[in-house]
Amino acid sequence: MIPVRLSLAAGLAVMALAGPAFGAGDRVKPPAETWSFSGPFGKFDQAQLQRGFKVVKEVCASCHSMNLIKLRNLSQPGGPGFTASQVAALAATYTVKDGPNESGEMFDRPGRPADAFPAPFPNEQAARAASGGAYPPDLSVLAKARTYERGFPWFIFDIFTQYQEQGPDYITALLRGYTEPPAGHSPLLPGQYFNTYMPGNLIAMPQPLNDGQVEYPKGPDGKPQVPETVAQYAKDVSAFMMWMAEPHLEARKRIGMQVMLFLIIFAGLLYYTKKKVWSRLPEHASSH
Amino acid sequence: MSGHSTYQPKTGIERWLDARLPIVRLMHDSAVSYPVPRNLNYLWTFGGILMFMLVAQIITGVVLVMHYTPHATMAFNSVEHIMRDVNYGWLLRYLHSNGASMFFVAVYIHIFRGLYYGSYKAPREVLWILGVVIFLLMMATAFMGYVLPWGQMSFWGATVITNLFSALPVIGETIVTFLWGGYSVDNPTLNRFFSLHYLLPFMIFGVVILHIWALHVVGQNNPTGVEVKNVAKDTVPFTPYATIKDLFGMVCFMFVFAYFVFYQPNFMGHADNYIPANPAATPAHIVPEWYFLPFYAILRAIPDKLGGVIAMGAAIAILAFLPWIDTSKIKSMTYRPIARQFFWAFLVVCIALGYLGAMPAEGGYVIASQIFTVLYFGYFVALALIGIFERPRPLPASIADSVLGNLQGGSGARLGAATASAPNAKG
Amino acid sequence: MAHATETTGTETTRRDFLMLATGAAGIVGAGAVLVPLISQLAPDAQTVAAGAPIELDLAPIAEGQAIKLFWRGKLVFVRHRTKKEIDEARAVNVATLPDPQSDQDRVKEGHAQFLVVYGNCTHLGCVPLGNAPGDPKGDYDGWFCPCHGSHYDSSGRIRKGPAPLNLPIPPYAFTADTKIKIG
Repeated sequence: MIPVRLSLAAGLAVMALAGPAFGAGDRVKPPAETWSFSGPFGKFDQAQLQRGFKVVKEVCASCHSMNLIKLRNLSQPGGPGFTASQVAALAATYTVKDGPNESGEMFDRPGRPADAFPAPFPNEQAARAASGGAYPPDLSVLAKARTYERGFPWFIFDIFTQYQEQGPDYITALLRGYTEPPAGHSPLLPGQYFNTYMPGNLIAMPQPLNDGQVEYPKGPDGKPQVPETVAQYAKDVSAFMMWMAEPHLEARKRIGMQVMLFLIIFAGLLYYTKKKVWSRLPEHASSH
Repeated sequence: MSGHSTYQPKTGIERWLDARLPIVRLMHDSAVSYPVPRNLNYLWTFGGILMFMLVAQIITGVVLVMHYTPHATMAFNSVEHIMRDVNYGWLLRYLHSNGASMFFVAVYIHIFRGLYYGSYKAPREVLWILGVVIFLLMMATAFMGYVLPWGQMSFWGATVITNLFSALPVIGETIVTFLWGGYSVDNPTLNRFFSLHYLLPFMIFGVVILHIWALHVVGQNNPTGVEVKNVAKDTVPFTPYATIKDLFGMVCFMFVFAYFVFYQPNFMGHADNYIPANPAATPAHIVPEWYFLPFYAILRAIPDKLGGVIAMGAAIAILAFLPWIDTSKIKSMTYRPIARQFFWAFLVVCIALGYLGAMPAEGGYVIASQIFTVLYFGYFVALALIGIFERPRPLPASIADSVLGNLQGGSGARLGAATASAPNAKG
Repeated sequence: MAHATETTGTETTRRDFLMLATGAAGIVGAGAVLVPLISQLAPDAQTVAAGAPIELDLAPIAEGQAIKLFWRGKLVFVRHRTKKEIDEARAVNVATLPDPQSDQDRVKEGHAQFLVVYGNCTHLGCVPLGNAPGDPKGDYDGWFCPCHGSHYDSSGRIRKGPAPLNLPIPPYAFTADTKIKIG
């Protein structure tokens, strides 16, 4: 067994030595949050999605587009749970450019649920020009487009723990992660901000959220049911962004459970059928 | 092995058809009465699983094309349209994208099973080479399929892989321009990749038919590597014995497949591919899909552009020559005490190369990649040498003997235990 | 070809039940797989949303004129009929028509001057002529389909030719005197 041991040892040594040296990099890993939508039975928290939408609408949407999100999505099953009439009323508050009409001119009309969430800028160039050269990315799938290296062996454990919330964890941490640069850090240029969780620590987005900035729905006692803090805003926004990125997550997990149960039963039946069939062999041996 | 046909047409219509197009006879002879060695273990169900995966990929793929738009400005959004608006579109797309990975999981198990039990040896050389051809076609298909969503990894994967051809002297640049249909990866590239991604699976299907044909001419190998001597004693009819066993294996495999589709659908993808393609910015860390990683590691291990491409090509091409490289007449590693250890070492080498392929090409990783690349090719050298001096353990006289316990050499029960710890897929 | 197989013949019932249960489960599974494969053929959420009702102002349509528009990708004619056309449509004996229907049933009460119909011939789907001032209007002052020669009257009813049915009426309602909502 010498070659086996040798190569096993060599392989493990490579992974053990190289992993921490390069895999983790100099990025600070975002802490793992608790999410209502994680795990095999995960579901979105509708109240959280509605709060998240409020923050997105009042804060994020002034710079970021959400081009893949249609207003009608807000009332579809498995989402924030707005009613169709709430969405129609919301849509009517937006002005959408449509056309051309018979005389060849573009015209404004009130929004409809079928319209996309209105973008703050007509194109990327306009967005850059208004944002000091940096492009505020589209938020539609951003929760699935952001991640961090899990490294060995965590990425293997993730298969079984079903951990897949790297995106929302990272976004939450980023929104909370604005600090003063540590002593000795090279001075920030105009339009640069220091963020603990941003790769390279320099981010072009100024701290977008502040305590008390967005008013949350009040409970029966007249106080907001959740704190109106950056920490809470960040989490609600991240949950909403996860829903935007994966709007059919609830259906996926629900159907998944049905499929898995069926496959277990079917596999069990097949196993006993197979045993029966093979037992017909007269000199059947114990193997297989 | 194919022997004479036992098909008996019962009705007049069957006799009429049989005299004109004996298709029912063909199906009967190849899927019902076809004799299967009775000692096959569950690793032999992966052929059927692969057939299932191929058909599943073709069906979900054809359906996805009904909603997909192959255009540089619309491809990304049309995939998101599938994920959001099309009824069960998210399911079909996740089935197809995870299906590609599961296809490779199955094919790597299938290949390593062939390597362990010497299924490439005479008289199965052509069968094996056809398998290598299928593997190559699968790699081309998977690569082009990954380009279609036109995300960042799609775009930069296409750029990096097509640029491999520029390593070829004299004609390299021309080939790359012809692959692109322009001066960079752009809409024409996406269009032709889409066309070929739709075509290649049907070519795979064609080669699979040849692969099965070759299989049915020479018959299946088996865990002892001893050829069938007495059809009555050594084999069972394909239906119902192999059919039901394959089905069970298939459903177990589907369980793993479904787990990823429903609970970890993006595990085997890259987050960067949810960012639309941007020719102005390369992702910080670009890696191919996991099933290409060992070959990617070999490519990067060689510090010379052309040399890397040649090494990577050779790593795949050498498989086709394996029937003549391995000098031992004994097929199954069960009876080859020395070669067997090298087999397991080779498996570890492949996994290590896969890990290194995912790591950045710097410092210790490059040196490790170079060591493991040498070890990868070293396996083939070892097989050429070991066969000369290795003293194999005694083989059972026949398949029936190995099953029924009249054993001179390895025992059937121990064989079962050995295969339970099946060769891992991360090859 | 003889294989190493002999049926022992025992436990037939239990095996049969097992086989039946396994087969049934297989059929259920195969059936379940068909659900997504077939329902993806149905209109997707975007198409459904785009098929929402539309509003139309009829005031710009002059008497004797007709306009074309699309709702859910289907062609719709809106015709502002003259007094003569209305009278012609109402004078006919309904019982003699190939697809008997009174003109009153085909327009909204109090808005008889506006006729709203789908604009594809009920024969094989061509677009009948008769909207533009110079178009042939057929023998009955309505529409004439040039593909196979169907004549529709000023109520959109089939009068002559191979088409079997009247031009269908899309769902619509008046929201104001000259405003309609289709859908």
